[in-house]
Amino acid sequence: MPATEQPVRPRTKVRQRPGDRIFAGLSTGAGVLILTVLGGVAAFLLIEAWPAIIAPADEIPGGEGLVLYIWPLLFGTLLSAFFALLIAAPLAVSIALFITHYAPRRLSQALGYMIDLLAAIPSIIYGLWGFFVLAPATLGPTTWLTEYLGFIPLFEGPPSATGRTMLVAVMVLAVMILPIISAVVREAFRQTPRLHEEAALAIGATRWEMLRMAVLPFGRSAIIGASMLGLGRALGETMAVAIVLSVSGGVTFNLISSGNPSTIAANIALKFPESTGLDINALIASGLVLFAVTLGVNMLARTIINRRREFSGAN
Amino acid sequence: MPTSTPERDIDLESPIGGIPLVHQTLPRWAPHATLATAVLAGLALVGAGIGIGLAAVLVVLLYGVAIYSWSRPIEGARKAKDRVVTTAVMATFLLALLPLVSVIVTVISRGAARFDIEFFTHSMQGVVGAGGGAYHAIIGTLIITGLAALISVPIGMLTAIYLVEYGRGKLARAITFFVDVMTGIPSIVAGLFAFALFALFFGPGVRLGIMGAIALSVLMIPVVVRSTEEMLKLVPNELREAAYALAVPKWRMIIKVVLPTALAGIATGVTLAIARIIGETAPLLITLGITTGTNFNPFDGRMATLPVFSYYEYVNPGIPPEPSLERAWTAALVLIIIVMVLNLAARLISRLFAPKTRS
Repeated sequence: MPATEQPVRPRTKVRQRPGDRIFAGLSTGAGVLILTVLGGVAAFLLIEAWPAIIAPADEIPGGEGLVLYIWPLLFGTLLSAFFALLIAAPLAVSIALFITHYAPRRLSQALGYMIDLLAAIPSIIYGLWGFFVLAPATLGPTTWLTEYLGFIPLFEGPPSATGRTMLVAVMVLAVMILPIISAVVREAFRQTPRLHEEAALAIGATRWEMLRMAVLPFGRSAIIGASMLGLGRALGETMAVAIVLSVSGGVTFNLISSGNPSTIAANIALKFPESTGLDINALIASGLVLFAVTLGVNMLARTIINRRREFSGAN
Repeated sequence: MPTSTPERDIDLESPIGGIPLVHQTLPRWAPHATLATAVLAGLALVGAGIGIGLAAVLVVLLYGVAIYSWSRPIEGARKAKDRVVTTAVMATFLLALLPLVSVIVTVISRGAARFDIEFFTHSMQGVVGAGGGAYHAIIGTLIITGLAALISVPIGMLTAIYLVEYGRGKLARAITFFVDVMTGIPSIVAGLFAFALFALFFGPGVRLGIMGAIALSVLMIPVVVRSTEEMLKLVPNELREAAYALAVPKWRMIIKVVLPTALAGIATGVTLAIARIIGETAPLLITLGITTGTNFNPFDGRMATLPVFSYYEYVNPGIPPEPSLERAWTAALVLIIIVMVLNLAARLISRLFAPKTRS
């Protein structure tokens, strides 16, 4: 091995000024604080839920124990969020395609803002709108559904006379999660390599074939991730469901009758202000379940979206 | 040397072998004409007594079928399918705008009735039936949101600075990931967190303004971090290096160079974050409750806020219910105006004060 001449590098130590140290400490501290808060949410919910977890079954509201208290609520939460996603995801992808590939380029940004405005409207307003406008409007169609599609368990009926059904809650939720899904998908579609699109068009593909060959495969993991983000939103949405849904508490897939399971979040909002003692602990325990579910969904969603970011080569 | 057969003389329709080189296409006005026909048919249906919603659906279906069956024999199956997909995509976009328009029209038309001076100058103290206002709730919302911003903006900005300027390795990756996850925390859970935190020290009956502010900051911090981080990343590295070359310490470089450059973007992000939390109802419902009188001290008892005010006016209307419902809608209208103004302000800030970026 030939001896290489090692240049003598004077190892100057960077002088740590007190200002630097304070500033670095402050900003690191803020970052750590955020992680602490997230841990704190779990910890404090657990502490306040604990009395309900160890309480005997007959002291929990309903008298059948905590699991049977939370299960119908969890069922309602999952049911409403799932159907909301089923409606919103295809619409959101279609809207993202429209904004990125169909709309006139000059309009595309403004149209994007308009969809984002849907996300800016407070959930209480969606609730009032669902109650006073959407629910009455569904009375006719639900009667029709029971009459002609009543053999499907979802539309078994009898249709609710007020329109305050799971179906309306699902539709309101779908509108509310539409913008978040379409925003994430839109960004992914924008990043499709231009050359892929042009190559597809150059071999004679129509616009739809180009979208299917180049754009949709590229955005696939973003579509999955964004859908899960939307699912997380729908799971935790409170006020709109609390206002729209008329609750009876049973576990049923029937979307259009007047007997609906409540959701965890709506149940907390409705019961919390009047509750005392162990009831509060039970509500917080249900909140802990909701937190765990949404945390899981969101972590999965972010992992999927981030993986795309690493492999896409965009950015 | 000129060729004997100039290009335009080649017969594209029937070249050698009989395979055409060009497709026949529909005339450019074909979609417009079909749409006009479909809309006319729809109007006729409305005239015949069919509901507007059903007629709109029928118009879209009619247009899709018509354009497909016109295009299919002339342009072929692939092009026809493309036209149908275009129709479907445009129709879904219009469908998505429908709730936006409907919500705004509903709120304005129903909220206009009580959009008067009294609504902005009176509280609900001692009001039974008509009259009264949301003065206490509006000020309460401003106080709570202001406090939440006061907590969230420094923490959020410092975290973003850490992530962009200092953060390397595992801690930074964990913070980035969990900030993203935190944006998905349900607002009611944030409210429960604030409640659980204070209930530990003050007992389960506690209702304070500051609890609401803390719940809202749990929701606001991740939004501030995300937007600030994006803006700090846009600051060109040359600026940082130029400052270092002048022997400026890192913290002064950040304060004097990085932050001012990104200020417009950060302000936009903070404004949007405020717009996002100002309409939150659920966390305030369980941390602040509601009062009828004015209480502007966030460290002493229940406070009224606009979203919760609107909710309670709807849930517990008096007899007759109309005055309460009118107040609920007007509160919703005020809320929507605030949110829209904040959104507009954010766009203006980013447009007016944005530094010229090099792409």
